[in-house]
Amino acid sequence: METSTQTHGQTNVGSVERWLSVVAGSALAAYGIRRRSIAGFVVAGIGGALVHRGATGRCMVYESLGITTADEQDDSRISVPYGKGIRVEKSMTIDASAADLYTFWRDFENLPRFMKNLESVKVTGGNRSHWIAKGPLGSNAEWDAEIINEIPNELIGWRSLEGSDINNAGSVHFTPATGGRGTVVKVVLRYDPPGGVAGAAISRLLGEDPEYQVQEDLRRFKRIIETGELATIDGQSTGRN
Amino acid sequence: MRAVCWWGKGEVRVVDTPDPGILNPRDAIVRVTLTAICGSDLHLYNGFVPTMMRGDILGHEFMGEVVEVGSDVKKLKVGDRVVVPFAIACGACFFCRKGMTSLCDNSNPNAWMLDALNGYASSAAFGYSHMYGGYSGGQSEYVRVPYADVNPFKIPNGLPDEKVLFLTDIFPTGYMAAENCGIEPGDTVAVWGAGPVGFFSAASARLLGAERVIVIDRIPERLRLVQEQCKAETINYEDVDDAFETLKEMTGGRGPDRCIDAVGMEGHGHTIDARLDKVKQLMKLQFDRAHSLRQALHACRKGGTVSIPGVYAGFIDKIPMGVAFAKGLTLKMGQTHVHKYVRPLLERIERGEIDPSVVITHRATLEDAPDLYQTFRDKEDDCIKCVMQP
Ligand SMILES: NC(=O)c1ccc[n+]([C@@H]2O[C@H](COP(=O)([O-])OP(=O)(O)OC[C@H]3O[C@@H](n4cnc5c(N)ncnc54)[C@H](O)[C@@H]3O)[C@@H](O)[C@H]2O)c1
Ligand SMILES: [Zn+2]
Ligand SMILES: [Zn+2]
Repeated sequence: METSTQTHGQTNVGSVERWLSVVAGSALAAYGIRRRSIAGFVVAGIGGALVHRGATGRCMVYESLGITTADEQDDSRISVPYGKGIRVEKSMTIDASAADLYTFWRDFENLPRFMKNLESVKVTGGNRSHWIAKGPLGSNAEWDAEIINEIPNELIGWRSLEGSDINNAGSVHFTPATGGRGTVVKVVLRYDPPGGVAGAAISRLLGEDPEYQVQEDLRRFKRIIETGELATIDGQSTGRN
Repeated sequence: MRAVCWWGKGEVRVVDTPDPGILNPRDAIVRVTLTAICGSDLHLYNGFVPTMMRGDILGHEFMGEVVEVGSDVKKLKVGDRVVVPFAIACGACFFCRKGMTSLCDNSNPNAWMLDALNGYASSAAFGYSHMYGGYSGGQSEYVRVPYADVNPFKIPNGLPDEKVLFLTDIFPTGYMAAENCGIEPGDTVAVWGAGPVGFFSAASARLLGAERVIVIDRIPERLRLVQEQCKAETINYEDVDDAFETLKEMTGGRGPDRCIDAVGMEGHGHTIDARLDKVKQLMKLQFDRAHSLRQALHACRKGGTVSIPGVYAGFIDKIPMGVAFAKGLTLKMGQTHVHKYVRPLLERIERGEIDPSVVITHRATLEDAPDLYQTFRDKEDDCIKCVMQP
């Protein structure tokens, strides 16, 4: 991908850096942009900022993952059984009723429509389903999951079963927002830090930055529900094609 | 097709590209009949906006005829004549439903970039960098328009393109700037910048009942236009020692009731703070030159309103917050929610209350874009607003 910075020397590198420094206080820009390979043009332009994130990104990430050995969920309905590991929690407000959102999500076969790194989910009967996540270089990670908690229109909790490539558990909560302003959808995910082939797959599944992945999955969910499609520029006409 | 592309700082090229196609079921394709260059395009041209890529198609002020619609488009038809707001709205999110379309949650495929920068992402815009979505713009023969039942507005035949084109941005921008002032009868409104946005701010302040309008710039032909068209008084800030003192005198020692900064982050100035800003900007310590904003905050009447349509980004040094606080000012700002204004302003044009085409000084074709960008940037050849026919 050709970039302004490659073709125009320092000027744009400078401006990207300036913009990054604008938000460097929160380290969020360096953090966010670093995770996003689709932004080759930004990454290529960051130059010094990449060094900067090297210095500061690590611990930010570590913190944001909320790595913990304690299970702070004392609500027994919530399925986060693998107390050790990585925990991610993200919320998004979506303009739809809790019932509609719950119904869409409860049909697990819908999940790959907005969870970018899921290849497929097949309901195998009862509360069970089989999940396939896309791994690097065509490899896949697979697991069977079961629903362990469910309150219609409020929450769904699931966890993986014995023999999974990745031990994981998750829950999604649907809570009406104030003033009839849609529904707050909160996802809590927890998984064992993986190793080996499965490790590679999971780091792709949840990315280097699980918070970011969950956030973007939720954003896609919101867009499908609110607009019926996903905003895209992939395949548009430009002066590069 | 032919399209005007960003090629790097200070360089645009007209190149052959494939024709755009429908990518999403709610898309439409518009054959562009008229398009304009905006002061906001100059921020891209001058390299102030990151995440531009060589080959990006520019242009967010355009209109034309619908030539194709996607399978989920319900109201828009092939053959409709439309203007298309610069901000891309989904029409369905919390912000769109409140009329705040330039803050749409859903239209920006790269929302994560603005999340990282600003905490929350605003809408996408046509031809305005990848952090604003990366959508190809309308300085081209054809353009893809998403959410086609929300974004394009049908325009009746009969009104020429030149009279309605500016409904896409600068007329609503000036109008929202004036509306944000909360003008009361008897008010004096001061406008910094007599560019197209300043012009429509001044004209709209009149439409909304301002008794006096004072416009500040240094370019004589621009000041002349607002004198003639908006019955504005003017200050050429290069001819006065201190625009603040001049304004204070002109307003009987009280100050303008409402102030509009229609200059933005590439403002020019010759006082100490402006020179410091320029040096810092060159040294990359600071992103904006904010002379006009400081002056507006300083000059505004106690209890008045400062409305900011001029674009700012990043951090700005030495904003006199104490002055704003001490005087109890109200500040309003932001990208224009164009969709909200298209129909009411179209009606004003139909009723003959305003003819937006009076700002046009240059009429050309897309092929002339490289020269026009330069002419418009350097304010040469009495240039105020350029329009191009593909
Ligand atoms: N809010 C929005 O949605 C929106 C929409 C369109 C444009 N804009 C912004 O509005 C601004 C103006 O746009 P435009 O098309 O009129 O641009 P322009 O460059 O043609 O006009 C700017 C004018 O400001 C004058 N100026 C510069 N420094 C000044 C100073 N210190 N005091 C007084 N005048 C000064 C210049 O001489 C020029 O006439 C830009 O920042 C543009 O990005 C915002
Ligand atoms: Zn514009
Ligand atoms: Zn929206």
